Parts: sequence; C-alpha cells; structure tokens
Amino acid sequence: MKFDKAAGENTLFDNAEFVGRPTHRIDGPLKVTGTAPYAYERHDVVEGQLYGYPLGSAISHGLIVSMDAEAARNAPGVRAVVTTLEIDPLEKGMNNVARLFGGAEVQHYHQAIAVVVADSFEQARAAASLIEVEYEKGDPADYDLGAAFERLQGSGEMDTDTGDVEAAFSSAAALLDEMYHTPSQSHMAMEPHASIVDWSDGDQMTVWTSNQMINWNHGSLATTFGLDEDKIRVESPYIGGGFGGKLWLRADAVLAALGSRAAGAPVKLALPRPFIMNNTTHRSETVQRIRLAAGEDGKLTGIWHEAASHALPDGRGEDATAQTPFFYASDSIRAKHHIVTMSLPESADMRAPGEAAGLMALEVAMDEMAEKLGMDPVEFRKVNDTQVNPSNPEQEFSDRNFVECLDRGAEAFRWTDRNTAPGATRDGQWLVGHGVAGAYRGALVLPSGSRALLEGGKLVIETDMTDIGTGSYTILAQTAAETMGLTLDDVEMRMGNSAYPVSSGSGGQFGAASSSAGVYAACMALRERIAEQLGVEEAEFRDGRVIAGDTDRALSELEGQIDAVDSIEWGDFQSEYQMATFGAHFVEVGVHAGTGETRVRRMLAVCDSGRILNPITARSQVIGGMTMAVGAALSEDMALDSGRGMFANHDLAGYEVAVHADIPEQEVIFIDTLDPVASPLKAKGVGELGVCGVAAAVANAVYNATGVRVREYPVTLDKLIGGLPAIG
Amino acid sequence: MRAFSYEKVTDPAQAAARAAEVEGAKFLAGGTNLLDLMKLEIERPAHVIDVNGLGLDEITETEEGGLRIGALVTNTALSADARIRRNYAVLTRAIAAGASGQLRNKATTGGNLLQRTRCPYFYDTAQPCNKRAPGSGCAALSEGAFSRQLGVIGTSDACIATHPSDMAVGMRVLDAVVETVTPEGMTRSIPLEEFHLLPGDTPERENALMPGELITAVTLPAPVGGEQKYHKVRDRASYAFALVSVALIRQPDGTERVALGGVAPKPWRSAAADAELSNGAAAVMAELLGGARPTEENAFKITLAERTLAAMLAEE
Repeated sequence: MKFDKAAGENTLFDNAEFVGRPTHRIDGPLKVTGTAPYAYERHDVVEGQLYGYPLGSAISHGLIVSMDAEAARNAPGVRAVVTTLEIDPLEKGMNNVARLFGGAEVQHYHQAIAVVVADSFEQARAAASLIEVEYEKGDPADYDLGAAFERLQGSGEMDTDTGDVEAAFSSAAALLDEMYHTPSQSHMAMEPHASIVDWSDGDQMTVWTSNQMINWNHGSLATTFGLDEDKIRVESPYIGGGFGGKLWLRADAVLAALGSRAAGAPVKLALPRPFIMNNTTHRSETVQRIRLAAGEDGKLTGIWHEAASHALPDGRGEDATAQTPFFYASDSIRAKHHIVTMSLPESADMRAPGEAAGLMALEVAMDEMAEKLGMDPVEFRKVNDTQVNPSNPEQEFSDRNFVECLDRGAEAFRWTDRNTAPGATRDGQWLVGHGVAGAYRGALVLPSGSRALLEGGKLVIETDMTDIGTGSYTILAQTAAETMGLTLDDVEMRMGNSAYPVSSGSGGQFGAASSSAGVYAACMALRERIAEQLGVEEAEFRDGRVIAGDTDRALSELEGQIDAVDSIEWGDFQSEYQMATFGAHFVEVGVHAGTGETRVRRMLAVCDSGRILNPITARSQVIGGMTMAVGAALSEDMALDSGRGMFANHDLAGYEVAVHADIPEQEVIFIDTLDPVASPLKAKGVGELGVCGVAAAVANAVYNATGVRVREYPVTLDKLIGGLPAIG
Repeated sequence: MRAFSYEKVTDPAQAAARAAEVEGAKFLAGGTNLLDLMKLEIERPAHVIDVNGLGLDEITETEEGGLRIGALVTNTALSADARIRRNYAVLTRAIAAGASGQLRNKATTGGNLLQRTRCPYFYDTAQPCNKRAPGSGCAALSEGAFSRQLGVIGTSDACIATHPSDMAVGMRVLDAVVETVTPEGMTRSIPLEEFHLLPGDTPERENALMPGELITAVTLPAPVGGEQKYHKVRDRASYAFALVSVALIRQPDGTERVALGGVAPKPWRSAAADAELSNGAAAVMAELLGGARPTEENAFKITLAERTLAAMLAEE
C-alpha cells in the first residue's frame, strides 16, 4: 500500500471501536506471570545449551600483545575458549562503529576480547578470569570535550544557516549567551543484552536475542559472519527495554555465535551489568553554546546553537542541535554539531537521540531568556510558536498544536498560581519551585510490512515488528481487529521473528505509526482477497462479517486459509511537510534549603502526537520517558575517568537511575489531535516525546525554587549548596 | 566465582576455631555483600563457614540496662524492634535509610559492620586497588579518576575509600561495643570506635578482628534518651549510598553527640566535636573535619556535612 496523499475522512479509524480505546496489554498476563519468553530464558528452544561469558579489555585503546588462555581451557567444565587474537577482525554490521570482535586492536574499555563456553555459568565466569592478557597501551588521549568545543566552535560549514544571525545579535533588545553541558548517559535497560545462538554446524545460524530491529540485526549478522541471509534466523519476541541500546547487533550475539561454532553446541550469553556501560553504546556527553536574540515583544530574532559530542571514528555522536532548526520561530537560525573523535566506548542513539540532550539545554535557555524579557516562560514560548518550518518557511508543519499543549498544561497545572520570584516559596525546610519546558521530537516513519492470515474466523498477524515494552502487540491487534471487523480475541499476534515480513522495527518513535500502518495495509489486502473470493466489491467488514450488497457472510464461515502480505510505503508528499510531535512539561520540585537535595513533587505532560492508538500504553510510554528524564535531570551521569578513558561507575549502584521513591504523581494529557499526513491512522509516535524537555523543566523548577541556575547536568546538590541561603 | 569448600557450624567458638584453622576461610551470614564480591572475584575464599546456624539472632537486655544484639539479628528485625525504636531511635532511622527492604531482610548486624567499601575501583578487578590487591596502587587517587563518592578524612595516600554502612553510624553515636569470640574460645569486647581501622599503608586491614575471630553481638549501653535523628543525604531518594549522613542526639540539657557517615573509612565522631555543638554546626565541623583532605570532586562533602547538621539543628 502506498500512502501517497493525506488521509481523508476515515470511517474506519475516525469512528473506531478498538483503535484509540484504552486497552490493557494483551501480553500482560504473560509478563506478570513470568512466562513471556525473554532471550536468556528460552530454555526450551534448543537442547544442550551451554553458557558463555565474555572477557573485556582492561585498557581503553591500544593493542593486545598476547593472550594466554591455557588455564581457562583447562578449567572445570570449559568446552571452548575463543580469543580475539584467533579471529580476523569481523566485518562491522549496520551502524556498528566499533568492531565487535576480532584482531589485536582495542578501541574502547571492556571491548570483548574473549568468550569462554562452559557447562555452567559459574564455570564460564570463573574460567574467563583466568585468561592472562598482555597489552600495549595507546598514547594518553584527550577526553576534554569542553576544550574541543572551544577549538571547534565557529569552524566548518553550519548545518543550518538561515537569515542574518549576525545582524540579529547586533540589534536585539535582549541577548542570551550561555554554555550548557549534558553528561554521557547509559540506556541501562532492565534486561541486559542477551542471546542464545545455535551455530553448532558453522552453517545454519539461529539467534534468540533481545533486539529492537530484527531486520537490521539479521543483516548485520550476515555481514559480520559473511553468511547468506537465508542461513540466519533471528527471534526476539520479548524485549526487556531497549531505549536505542538494542537497535544494533552487539557483542552478546557475536560472542554466543563464535562460542557456539567453537563448542559445536548452542550457547547463551548475557552481557554482565558492568559491560552495559563500556561495552555497549551510550548517549554522548554534549557541550552546547546557545545564543538567543529577541525583540522587546519577546519574538526571537536570532537562534545560534552550536554543540559538540564525542564518537569513535565514523560515529555520529549526539546532535544536540537536532530540534533547533524546527522548534521556535526566528528570523535567523544557525546550528552546528561538531563531532569530536575520542577513545571512548561507542556513542550512538538513545531514546530521542539529539532532542533529548538538546532540549535539556535549549529549554533552560528559553527559561533564562523569558526572565531577561520579564515574560512568563509559557507566554514566551507561545509568542515564538510557528506553523511553518522556521529554517524553511515554505514548508508547513503537517499538524502542530504546541500552543494548545502549553495552554492546557498551564491550566491543569495551575501555573498562574506559582510564585514567580525565585527562592521565595518555602514549605518547612524545603524550597518549592515550578518549571515548564517545551518538547519537540520528529515524527519519522519507515516502510513496514506484515502478513494477515484468516482461517475459521481467526486472524493471525505475522510481522517482524518488536515490542520493547511499548505495547506493540496490543496496538497492532487493535488495528487488525478494527480493519477486519473482528474482536481482539479473534486476533493472534506473532512478532519479532525474521521469518515474518519486514517491519519498521522499534526505534526513533517510528514504530507505532509505521507498523500499525503496515498491519492496516496487510489487512486491507486481505479484505480484497476475501472480496475476490466472494466475487463482491466494496465490501464492509464488521461484527465478524463481510457484507456487500446481498452478500452477508460470517468470516468464520469462509473456507480454508486466506492470506495476504503487504507493506506500507510512504509517498513523497510527506516531504512537503515537516512532521513532528510536540509537548509541554510542567514540574514542581522541592529543594532542601540546607542540603540541596532535590525531590520532584508533581509532573504533568501534555502531548500532541496525532491519534493515540491506545491511551493506556501511550501513557505508559510517556510516564516512562518522564521517569527516565528525572534521572537525566538529577542523577544520571556516566562518570568519565579521563586518566583511563572509561566510565568508572559501571553498575546500577554507581549509575543512579530514578527509583520509585523519586517519582511523584505523574499526569499525562493527550490533546485530541489527528495528523492526516503522518499515516493512514493519522497517528504519530509518542515514546520519545515523553523524555524530551522534561529534564529542563526540572532544572527550571530548581531555579525557581532556589534562584540557583545550573547549566551542567545532572543538577546535583554539590552544584546548588553554594547558592543556598544561610541556615537558621 | 572460584570454587570453594563449605561447612555449616553450630557453635561460635567452633566457628572461630575452624576459621583460624582453614586457610582462606570466610564466614557467611546474610551474604548480601560477600556473595556479590565472590561473584566478581573480589573475594575468593577457599572455604566458606556458614554461621547461620549459630543462633545469635536475639536481642536481649543487659545487666547494665542496655541491649545485646546478636550478630545474626537481621537489619529488618533490629530496626523494627520496639525497644530499639523507643530508646535508640537513631539506630532504627539509620538502618531504614540503608539498602532496600529485601536486602535488610537478609543482612545481619555482624555482616553489616564487615561490609566492604563501594569504591568503584575496588569493584573493577582490572584496576589497581590497594584494598583489593595490596601494593597495586590506588586508582581513585590517580589523575582524572572518579572520586565524588569517596572519603575526605581519615583516608591515606594508599586509599580514600569510605565505609558504606548507615547502621554503623547510628551505633557509633550510641557508643556501641562489638563482642567477639576468638579461635581460642575467649571473648573480647571492642568499642565500635576502635573496631574499624584507618587505612594508613594497609587499607586491606579494615577492622580489629584477629584471624578467625567472630562477631557474636553488638551491645548498646543503657538508653541515653534525647532527641535522636539521622539525615542521610544522597542524589536520589532511596537505594543509594550516603554522600554524607549525620547521626545526631540532642539532650534537653544542651549536650549533644554527632557522628558522620559517607566521609571516612569508619563512622566519624570525636568527643571534641561533640563538645562544640552548642557553638553551632560550623564549630562542630571545624573539629570533626578539620584535617580533611578531599579531592576536587568531593570537597563539597565538607560544606554539605556542615549544612546538613545545621539544618538538623534548626529543625523545629
């Protein structure tokens, strides 16, 4: 199905019975009973599974001179040891920047350099520690991103350069010029990267893994091992969190595969928690300089945003300027992202790559500018709203309701009741403050396919789409039931398997809009097949029946199996529009006047992201994003050891994500929008919007509470106590 | 985890004797710290002596009017005990501020005192650590290292790790005494003040126990009354080790006691600092943290400790 013009009046989804209704997860019972099959626990898929355990490099960059694995090979229970020196450097899969295994070169700390396979997990782990490695350390490296930014700023061709920025800054009523810093952040999904691989015969490979993108993973395995794609099958039906960390092939599957071939048996391997930080990918630290110019009316006349992030050679880093060309109206906009090569673990995508880090800074800058102008920060954002792409005014937004988000939020949060004087509201020993921030995240779509198969009135949908905890199983079942006029009980979803049609996969908040359209396409194709079989035209499908003229048949009475495969393809007309999602976040914090401890008291998100396919799972996505952003605002910080070139706090005791006690009342409002350009269902993603801007709303609330402006995340108490009032 | 032999003992003196007799033996109680460290190969006992069958899980009254807490009393049971809650509230508050409900259900009184530091370099066996591998150096003191959580006083050029316990800080301000049995079957009483050692040149030696010696109980003197508080300061609201914690007991007559956690290799308290409490938090901290040697990253702990105490003193 080609989506080649905006969706019109649509009786199917505009008057839906299932799509858009609050629906509990159809996979919920499996999850709460512990019977959903996650990768490491798939004991039943193949006999004779052995255990793999990785060894990581103890240096950040350099060469491995020698490895002595003799003791490990002779250790109890050990079936195989594969060291990196025994394997030629493996080809890199799609978007893999660091090599996952093979050869003597070390590019980052905890790079996988050996795998031990044994009868038990404990034996494999104990044996791995017996491997002796001699390194030749690389030269001391520079990890100072701030200094790199100083060197690079102003250099190179700007990524965006519209209007006359210089003129805007020379004649503005108000100017802002500040530096901001966001630290490196780790996805830290609850489920670590884990795979069982059966490559016992060195020919056919089956991979039970935890991955967001089955097709990318499948292709990367073929590239990495030089295999034909048809020799590889990948399954990932349940994923315990991904957040972008499981978009790519990672070392778990590679080591399990090599271990399996060496041992001649299936091997399971999960990356130990300390490996998550230095072996897998992370969101890069950013250094950002933001300059804003505005007139007395509060209208922005100039936005100049330059940022730097780190990456390994050929990496993309974290482009913190991603939203800047699109979010606020301004006569002139200049944006530039500098990528600085550093010998650190691979930086790559993490939930809302670009915007998440960029809005942490831009939305603080907006708060600061509102104060300079003497404007309410909600009003200041409203004044600078636009319905056209500010860096390309010919292009309209497909649907943009940012002002409504701000208005609805301000009303629901009782924004006007807040104290506007920083540091002036107390509740016992706590200083109380309120903050707001805007949210912007692009609405990407990808081609997405599925197969619809009807037999005896029951519908099976097969697609390699994944559910990373987002609710894909449920929204796709809702879409299928709606399109076929069946009930949810009539639909069986089969997902996350490379044997099924290729979908969008889950990432970049493109999954929901893309894959629901893909299921819709396959179901529409199935409807045509059914109509053909019955020899009717313009059939209606409702209440389990197909109705056309004199024909009125129950789907359960149709003979045999009827199936159809189709994919949604996105027409060029979409590029005439800027497609994005919008939100407004409101936060109340308490900051202890003595210690500077910050505790969030209330949170509200208002989201404009097209049709909400399922308010329950969508809300869950948004509050998850808000929770992640509380961590980003207040505690998450991959602590760089700049002497060693590694992140030192590499476990969940050291890397502090928000815990239950950190999260207060969270409210989410979806404004009832439809985006006919975005998809046939008029839907856009929401999973990344929920994390965008929230941390800035927290930081702005801390400022309102204390009068201390922190521009370096996380906003920890050591950055506040110097500015807090005397006690007693 | 390295392979180890295992035995279960039924008598404290026998446990101590066995521990002295078998090379590389360790006691296992709740296991909340030891098992983690064994999995990471930071601890590699050749022999594990399970002391969970020793009894030692009761809280009884002493002749002096205090309480004797068996070494195997869990953190949950200790913090919930009505006598502790009534007369030693600082201890209940300190314990409840630590770890999680699940960990406190398993963790024991003796084990809590013996838990090891949470310094990230102690936990990374690829890195030097004088505490884990004596003589290998201190990664936390090297250029560019991460030291925000680490100690500011009582530390040495060999080690700047802190003792992570909250319970021990509460016990220290209550003048607790550790009771032990030696491999020879003798009993010994060690004031908590003298129990944990400063690192000096030998950070691998963390306490005053002799080889094989087993903690059997911790005794608390008769209740001292007063208002008892514990403020644990951390970046998130729960399940994090203290940046700074303050245990405070204030008496109606104006005398007070204060002990700090999160700043030193042991609960940090001094009589001279207690005597300054009537002069305010700054005077106390001048005594208590006067000799501090912080890193650039953790110097804030000194200001933070003072402000935390000041806020506690200012509380209505």
